[in-house]
Formats: sequence, structure tokens, C-alpha cells
Amino acid sequence: MDIWMRENPLTYVWLGSYAVAFLVFAVEIAMVVHKRKATLEEVRQLMDVEENE
Amino acid sequence: MAINWFKYSAPTMFYPLAGKLIPWFAVSSAILFAVGMYLGFVVAPADATQGEFYRIIYIHVPASILSMFLYLVMAAYAALGLIFNTRLSSMMASALAPTGALFAFIALWTGALWGKPMWGTWWVWDARLTSELILLFLYLGFISLHASIDDPRRADRAAALLAIVGSVNVPIIYFSVKWWNTLHQGSTIKFSGTSMQITMQHAMFTMLAACWLYAVAVVLSRVRSIILERERHAKWVAELPEVAL
Repeated sequence: MDIWMRENPLTYVWLGSYAVAFLVFAVEIAMVVHKRKATLEEVRQLMDVEENE
Repeated sequence: MAINWFKYSAPTMFYPLAGKLIPWFAVSSAILFAVGMYLGFVVAPADATQGEFYRIIYIHVPASILSMFLYLVMAAYAALGLIFNTRLSSMMASALAPTGALFAFIALWTGALWGKPMWGTWWVWDARLTSELILLFLYLGFISLHASIDDPRRADRAAALLAIVGSVNVPIIYFSVKWWNTLHQGSTIKFSGTSMQITMQHAMFTMLAACWLYAVAVVLSRVRSIILERERHAKWVAELPEVAL
């Protein structure tokens, strides 16, 4: 690992930190989008129930 | 023309405003990330002593700054919610916590990656590193405490107390490199200025702005879902075009 790291510093920096950081951002965005869809669905269902009552 | 900003403290008014602002913040953030990466990896030179490894700072430093800044913003919103019982403040505090936690995680992760080639180790129980780890735990504690209480108003109050008490950790993180002998280097960017090379500064501040805009976009998106969830019985929610679909 140490030798590979010294021989490929830019790959190490890219894959280790930037790729991980952007993956974290992508997961967070996906979670926020999912939460939005789920909440909207929940609210719509609630409206349907209230209308039927 | 004076704008009455206080009206946006009501979820009814803030919800559509946030919806309009999100695309602007998201697009600006994506552009600045691209510019920042170009400046950091193509324009900025390699460091004289650290070589290419120093380029981790373009994500590490913005993530560290934002992890502290977002905590203070979260604690301020939590305090506002606790003192004035304003609904939106508590919702904002809840929306900020996951993003702050992720920035704290990225700061710790990238710091470890920088530490291995520079210090020869991934981790040391240094004051700066340990206090940043405590910050991550405080974020996780806030999220867990809030999730563990069913009544949202009680959850807001309990989590707000944790956020306010935990804010004492932020100055400890910032001044840890001055107060103790740490392996972590001192602050390169100070209120009085910086000794960094100019293109490195440009790359760093561009990435900082990109991360900040990203955080705002994500937090606004999350708070919109929280508003919908909490206000689902309100008449104005039923009248929203996205709900009426």
C-alpha cells in the first residue's frame, strides 16, 4: 500500500478522498430525493383518506 | 423597496421560496465544483514538501470548515426554536444535522488519507482529530435523540439542548492547534490572512464556496420534506400543486 501510494499519489488522492466525497454527496442527494418522493406520497395518501371520510 | 424577511420564518412562505432557490444553489455549486477541481488539480502547482498529496486539502479544509460552521448554524436555529418556539427554526436544525455529519465524516476520512503519507499513520489521538470526531458524535447524537422521541415538538426541544451544549466543542476544535501541542498543523487560513500560494488559495476558496452552496441546496431540499411532513394536516399543503397531482 505504501509503495503504491508513493508511486501513484494523484490516483491515491482522487480515489481515496475526492471519489469518496462525491460518493457521499451522491448518496445524500439520493436520500433527499427519496425522502421528498416518500413524503409527497404519504401526504397524498393522507389527503385521499381525509377526502373519503 | 424593503422586503419583510420575517414573513419567510413561516413554513407557509418559506416552502415555496426554498423551492425556487434550490436550483440556483445546486447549479452554482456544480459549476464551482468543476472550476475548483480544475484549479486544484490543473492550475495549482504541487507543494514543495508534500508533493501531490497536499491536493487533499481542497476537499479536506472546506469539509472541516463546513462541519464546524453548520454545527453553529444548527445550534443557533435550535436555540431560536427553543427560546421563541418558532416551528421553522427547529425544522432547519433537523435538516442541517445530516449534512453537517457528512461533512464531519468527509473531514475525518480525508484527514486520515492525508495523514498516512505525511505522518505515517491514519489516525492519532491528537486534540484536533479527537475534537472533530466528537463533533461527528454530537451530530449523530442530535439525529438519534431527535429520531428516538415520537412527539416532534418534544424531540425538537431535547435535541436543541444537546446542540446548544455541544456547540462548546466548535471553538475547542478551532483553537485546539493553538492550545495544545498537536501533530495536526496550525491553521493556514486565519482571520488575519494566509501564507498560501495564490492559485492554491483560489482553488481552496472556490471549493469552499462549492461545498457551502451544495450544503444550502441539500438542506433546503430536506427542510421542504420536513415542512410537508409536519404540516401535512394544514390546508395550504393540500393546495400545493405537487400534492394535488
